[in-house]
Amino acid sequence: MSGHRFLAAGLVLAFFLASGVSSAQTPHHESIEIGLNADRITITSGFQGTNLTIFGALDGADPQLAREGRYDVIVVLQGPPQPLIVRRKARILGMWINVQSKSFRNVPASYTEASTRAPQDITSPKTYRELALGPNYIYLEPVIKDDPEEVKEFTQALRTLKKASALYSVNPGGVEFLSSTLFRATLPLPPDIPVGTHIARAYLFRSGQFVMQKSAQLEIVKSDFERSVYETAHNHSFYYGAFCVLLAMGIGWGGRFVFRRD
Amino acid sequence: MGIYLPIAEISANIIVLLAMGGAVGFLSGMLGIGGGFLITPLLIFYNIPPAIAVATGANQVVAASFTGALAHFKRGTLDVKLGLVLLVGGLLGSGLGVYVYAILRHLGLLDLLVSVLYVVLLGAVGTLMLIESVRTIRRAKGGAPSELRRPGQHNWIHKLPLKMRFRTSKLFVSVIPVLGLGAVIGLLGSILGIGGSFIMVPAMIYLLKVPTKVVVGTSLFQVVFVSAFNTIVHAMANQTVDVMLGLLLMIGSVAGAQYGARVGQKLRGEQLRGLLAVLVLAVAIRLALDLFVRPTDLFSLYLPEAS
Repeated sequence: MSGHRFLAAGLVLAFFLASGVSSAQTPHHESIEIGLNADRITITSGFQGTNLTIFGALDGADPQLAREGRYDVIVVLQGPPQPLIVRRKARILGMWINVQSKSFRNVPASYTEASTRAPQDITSPKTYRELALGPNYIYLEPVIKDDPEEVKEFTQALRTLKKASALYSVNPGGVEFLSSTLFRATLPLPPDIPVGTHIARAYLFRSGQFVMQKSAQLEIVKSDFERSVYETAHNHSFYYGAFCVLLAMGIGWGGRFVFRRD
Repeated sequence: MGIYLPIAEISANIIVLLAMGGAVGFLSGMLGIGGGFLITPLLIFYNIPPAIAVATGANQVVAASFTGALAHFKRGTLDVKLGLVLLVGGLLGSGLGVYVYAILRHLGLLDLLVSVLYVVLLGAVGTLMLIESVRTIRRAKGGAPSELRRPGQHNWIHKLPLKMRFRTSKLFVSVIPVLGLGAVIGLLGSILGIGGSFIMVPAMIYLLKVPTKVVVGTSLFQVVFVSAFNTIVHAMANQTVDVMLGLLLMIGSVAGAQYGARVGQKLRGEQLRGLLAVLVLAVAIRLALDLFVRPTDLFSLYLPEAS
């Protein structure tokens, strides 16, 4: 009787040990999925920036590692690529004037990152560079690559300036695990978030090792009114300009009655 | 309260824009200027892209100067004939200016030229007006009459041919300097996004010897047309007029202009000129500092302009 019980306990223990060993030897096939609560954000006249929430699921995770918090997730929302010019001022005749410039192509107009922890605690700079992940590591392509030293300087300045505006931001702690498998990323989008096709990417790391990434598209569009104003300004520019002038005269004329003080 | 500006593609605060328009409108109504030289730097300071600030500033000036011109027309202090001749010159200058603007922007020299022109113009006009008004105020304290126009005083301008009579201004003068003045101001206006009345007012007073009471109304009259022309040309060539931004600035400035006009009526001519001089100088000094003091960051980002 006691022998049986002992044997049963031993089997259970062996099973646990075996499973523990197998988990250490055969790698888990973790994968993540992400879902956006909307595939389109509309910018209306009252738009003041918004928090974009992205939910994600981690499948096939090792429960042991999950408990120890060894899984990290970084979620980024990257804005549409645009050409950009970086100018440098120098002193000429006592005046500070833009003298040098460098053009870049396909610079993400915005770049919002959220992560489970501070980026430097998740993985190494080398990995970030390989993945081109994070405001400091995304690849910025100069149109003319003549002088490597100069390119480096201007690239660095571009990163610094973009980070100084709210357009490029890093939000450690912006990704939270709601359970061992479910996570939620909160990305604060600035009021001047550019319109266009944005790409959301989620990167999964296990103990500092990159595992996989998933991406999804997000359209940011102006609402009907804002879009039609923009399109009118571009497609019927004369009438638009004439309308602006008439509007000004109307307000100037009407203001005499409303605010008259003479 | 925020509002999304559809052309500038950024979000701005409604209250800030109304207040900016109101403050500039107040000064505009008081001093008889369009206020473009104040609103454009203010907008740039508020992070509105410079090209949009220049074009939308011109649009705002239409409203402010139209209000002012209407008031002067009703009071009979607007010389329509003089205004029209200035206008013909102004339109010629504006057309050239928009062309120059596009070339400068293409060469990347726009920033430099706009900054230097602003500093030089504002500095010179401000200094000259300040000196004159301080002298007049002192003379007035001494008991002497403070009238600029003295009979029998003629300069080289009055020796030019093609003379024309302007009844409201009680003026018999060659059209060449009038057209030229209009053209120079139109040219500057389309590059700087200003109606140019802060140059027009002193130039009419000191160069053409137009009576001060007619100057403000007449200058505003031609500014309405020049800034309207500039608005349309910027809208067509660069698509940089933001109607929402313009609307808020206009509402603020038209309201401010009416209050400013009331305050302005209580002040004497030389006091108004002195105030305008101080204002113009303050803007010039602020811009000169930008140009001459080492910036904290030498680098800046620009979007390539669509051409």
